Amino acid sequence: MSCVQTIADYGLRSLGIGERLLPRADFTLCQQFTLIGSGMIWNIYFGVLALAAGFLLATALALGKTSRHTLLRKPADWFIFIFRGSPLFIQFFFAYFLFLSLKGAVPAFGLFTSAWAGALVVLFFNTAAYSAEIFYGALLSIPKGDTEAADAYGLSGWSRFRRVIWPTMLRLAWPAYTNEAIFLFHATTLVFFSGFPALQQRGDALYYASYFADKTFNPFIPYPILAGYFILLTLTVITIFGAINARLNRHLPSDARKKLRIRPQVIR
Amino acid sequence: MGIYWSVGTVLLLLAITAPLALLLGFGAANAARSRVAPLRWFGKTYMAVVRGVPDIAFFLFFVIALDQGIEYLRQKVLCPGWDQPVRQGNDFVVCPQAKMPLGNAAQWVHETYGFGLAVLTFSIVFGAFAANVLFGAMRAVPRGQLETAEAYGMSRRQVTRRILVPQMWVYALPGLSNLWMVLIKATPLLFLLGVEDIVYWARELGGTKTPNFTDYPHGDWRMWYFLALLIFYLALTKVSEVVLSRIMSRLTRGQATAGGEAQRKAAA
Repeated sequence: MSCVQTIADYGLRSLGIGERLLPRADFTLCQQFTLIGSGMIWNIYFGVLALAAGFLLATALALGKTSRHTLLRKPADWFIFIFRGSPLFIQFFFAYFLFLSLKGAVPAFGLFTSAWAGALVVLFFNTAAYSAEIFYGALLSIPKGDTEAADAYGLSGWSRFRRVIWPTMLRLAWPAYTNEAIFLFHATTLVFFSGFPALQQRGDALYYASYFADKTFNPFIPYPILAGYFILLTLTVITIFGAINARLNRHLPSDARKKLRIRPQVIR
Repeated sequence: MGIYWSVGTVLLLLAITAPLALLLGFGAANAARSRVAPLRWFGKTYMAVVRGVPDIAFFLFFVIALDQGIEYLRQKVLCPGWDQPVRQGNDFVVCPQAKMPLGNAAQWVHETYGFGLAVLTFSIVFGAFAANVLFGAMRAVPRGQLETAEAYGMSRRQVTRRILVPQMWVYALPGLSNLWMVLIKATPLLFLLGVEDIVYWARELGGTKTPNFTDYPHGDWRMWYFLALLIFYLALTKVSEVVLSRIMSRLTRGQATAGGEAQRKAAA
């Protein structure tokens, strides 16, 4: 079987399109590359959607945490504490069984027992909590002069937030937020390793990599392939976030700009 | 019941790993500051290598490497006449006397040995992070204080013991407490090392494809089990936060830092 044929058969396997049965014997390098790459679709799906939704919630949470009203501050505090204070692994397990139990009472929750919705919710909340803490730190370190200048110009309320506070917050938080984005993508590999089942063997990249490692008893081929895909993904994220960073800092002299620094921290 | 013991396993791991990692880190930080060049290179290399590689890779790699290294050394000593190659295809084979632990040893010996390897791996990885924090803290101690000590005629060793080490903790504590939180959240990775910890049992419970709950006198309790785990980790985090902030305020007393200044003002 030629490699093109393999790609046609297994390229979208993780979505359930193409060949139904996974290869069982005589694994070729092409099959491993194709299937693990096909699994990456899920990693990108989880990562992108959770980041996009999490960004909005994180901004709200960070504002809530700096609020003077106890009713706004306490829930934000607790939300951040709960999702940052416990391992993501346990959160996945708990969410899966929570949705499973709720399904018994309300059938509508059956949707969330499948990985594409349930795990997405967990990742969304998790990244929102971590990003909110980053944004909160940035909000606290906004230079006093900036807000005083905004006051002097007569800006207040929404326009003050939109024109001064929010851009400054993003500018200060962006290097740390880039790290958060990278490790969110890494964390997406945990989805099918925790409670969520991979229906009809539609899994993510790590799921297929461990499938091959189990079948061939040779971890030295699938895992480096997986690592290669993730390095590519990380480089893409760094490029996109770097471009946004440059845009956020476009008014600064080029040597005063904060450089992006990648600080690996795998555990969350 | 294994599940309840597994909670103890996690706590025991934390209790042993934290001091061991701190000790390793302290040693490595001192080595990195040493005047003897090979010692300095060793300390710096250790910090750089372990921090540069994702910890999961280390967890997976070290346990196997340590295990095989120990068995290989034992074979060299115990069975001098053994002439078969150690690597036979995918298998690692040593003579029966060199097995670690011995094939006929009791079950608890096997478990303790596995646990010991896990502790050692955690200590090596987190020791490098601790070394980095302590190395930075040693450099953060105001130079003037060390110079004053030198002016009083103290030797380099005396300066280190009487001034540097007592002073550095206040600078090291924020980094160390961050590390402790990461260590707490890293404990679910124990299952990767083959120790029957909390997550091992979680996967056992969650992994059954078609759970048969008619076997039990009660309904599906798995959700509550994971809720308990979640609360266990949250409580651990909360307690650590409180204790660490107390230690911090104790250490800050009388220090020439912003925190110490604030304490003086509050007292006055």
